Amino acid sequence: MLFAVVIVGPFLMNIAASFTKWSGVGTPRWAGLDNYARLLEDERFWASFQNNVALILAMAVVPTVLGLVLAAVLFDLRGRSSVVLRALYYLPQVLPVAVAGVVWRWMLHPEHGLKVDWLGNPDTALATVMAVMVWFQLGYPLVIFMAGLGRIDPALGEAASIDGAGWWRRFWNITLPQLRPEIFVVLATCTIAALKVFGPIFVLTRGGPSDATLVPSYFSYLNFFTKLDVGYGSAIATVLALVIVVVTALFLRAQERP
Amino acid sequence: MRRGSLMVALFTLAGAMIFPFVLVALNAVKSPADYSTNGPFSLPSELYFKGLVDFWFRVDFGEKIWNSFLISASVAVLAVVLSVLNAYALGIGRIKGRLWVLVLFLVGNTLPQEALVFPLFYLAREVGLYDTHLAMIIIFTVVQAAFGTYLLSAVLGQFPRELIEAASMDGAGRFTVLMRVVVPISRPTLAVLLIFFFIWTWNEFFLPLIFLVSNDLQTVPVSLAVLQGEKFMDATTSSASALLGIVPAVVFFLLFQRTLTRGITVGAIK
Repeated sequence: MLFAVVIVGPFLMNIAASFTKWSGVGTPRWAGLDNYARLLEDERFWASFQNNVALILAMAVVPTVLGLVLAAVLFDLRGRSSVVLRALYYLPQVLPVAVAGVVWRWMLHPEHGLKVDWLGNPDTALATVMAVMVWFQLGYPLVIFMAGLGRIDPALGEAASIDGAGWWRRFWNITLPQLRPEIFVVLATCTIAALKVFGPIFVLTRGGPSDATLVPSYFSYLNFFTKLDVGYGSAIATVLALVIVVVTALFLRAQERP
Repeated sequence: MRRGSLMVALFTLAGAMIFPFVLVALNAVKSPADYSTNGPFSLPSELYFKGLVDFWFRVDFGEKIWNSFLISASVAVLAVVLSVLNAYALGIGRIKGRLWVLVLFLVGNTLPQEALVFPLFYLAREVGLYDTHLAMIIIFTVVQAAFGTYLLSAVLGQFPRELIEAASMDGAGRFTVLMRVVVPISRPTLAVLLIFFFIWTWNEFFLPLIFLVSNDLQTVPVSLAVLQGEKFMDATTSSASALLGIVPAVVFFLLFQRTLTRGITVGAIK
């Protein structure tokens, strides 16, 4: 019941609103597919999805690759230093993502912290946000992969070692295939998180400068609450939801295949 | 030798990861004068807590912590109760079409909040819940319970049926079975869920930013985020604010570390 009121109902209302022209108050006016037609031609919308792809790279792909290598290295290391290092790498993950943004906004403020203006420069802003997100995300795949490595039979690695396989070959031929389920989970959850990313953008750049870091979630927020163009905002949010559902379905299907 | 250089590389990376924490902490306990003469990288010439204290009182940070705590704790408890009741009905009661109900719950949890926010905002205003903690508690309870139901029904699906049958034979009703048999045995899973719901809700940003416009209702992340760029936020005050955002998160992590590391693979499904 509550689920219907809080999630299903609003979601359907959002889809309905995407077919209207509405400022949020008064009666919505039916607009058919106008908002969607506008989306297709809106350069800001396409730019926001491009930036989102860059953030998938920074939040899902890069942390997964780095996390795999680091997890394998730390797992071989064992002992106290491996526990300490894992905790240090994981530390950013415990922060609320908005607070992580506050920390980095201070670090990268033109007058505070490092006194650089990378976030204020359209040429460097996206790369900087990407770097911050790699920093934030890295601990999550690392911890998941290290837990997964505990599951693998150590005899596999030892046997390969005796056969003369070097570290990289063992990593490539044993660790990676064995960690397949974990890699799927991490890539799926991080990709979905990257598609929804809002907090760091809001705190670090507000989508600027000149849309260099605009993402769909922030773009829909702008239309809802700043431009009062609710119909258009709803259309963006509907497309985003659709993309997320499709990505989730693709991951679930890919995971089922042996 | 190879091991030595590997360790150097690993610890250098660790240093880079915690560098922001260290720099923020250093400057949060530095006086503005010290900062302007020696810059951000020097050690504070003396420990200076006035920046932290001033910031705390200026924004009434105790109130923000209380708001976050109230919302997160209520959501954690209510969402666990709701998840257990739902999952019990789905997992053991075996209602019709349970697979579809579960898929619906999972999709509900993966949907972006952007696709729900305006209708929720509109409805909350209509019923007078806009800008209240209650609206946040209701919404997040449902969102977290959607995930909890999905997860718990998988767990309860494997629950030993003999136990339930034995209890029913002794004349226990469905509710008694739930309270006396199912809940005590699933306690570890429920504890993990409780802590995760608490922390996830504490970390939420998007919906609280939109729903809690009154300053005195705001949560820690929202309040810190909207304060950035205020005139009084000079270098040391800003770092004090960042430090105050970091501290509760690190405290939770240390408190719940064991449960979290055990449950993090559970949370991975989210």
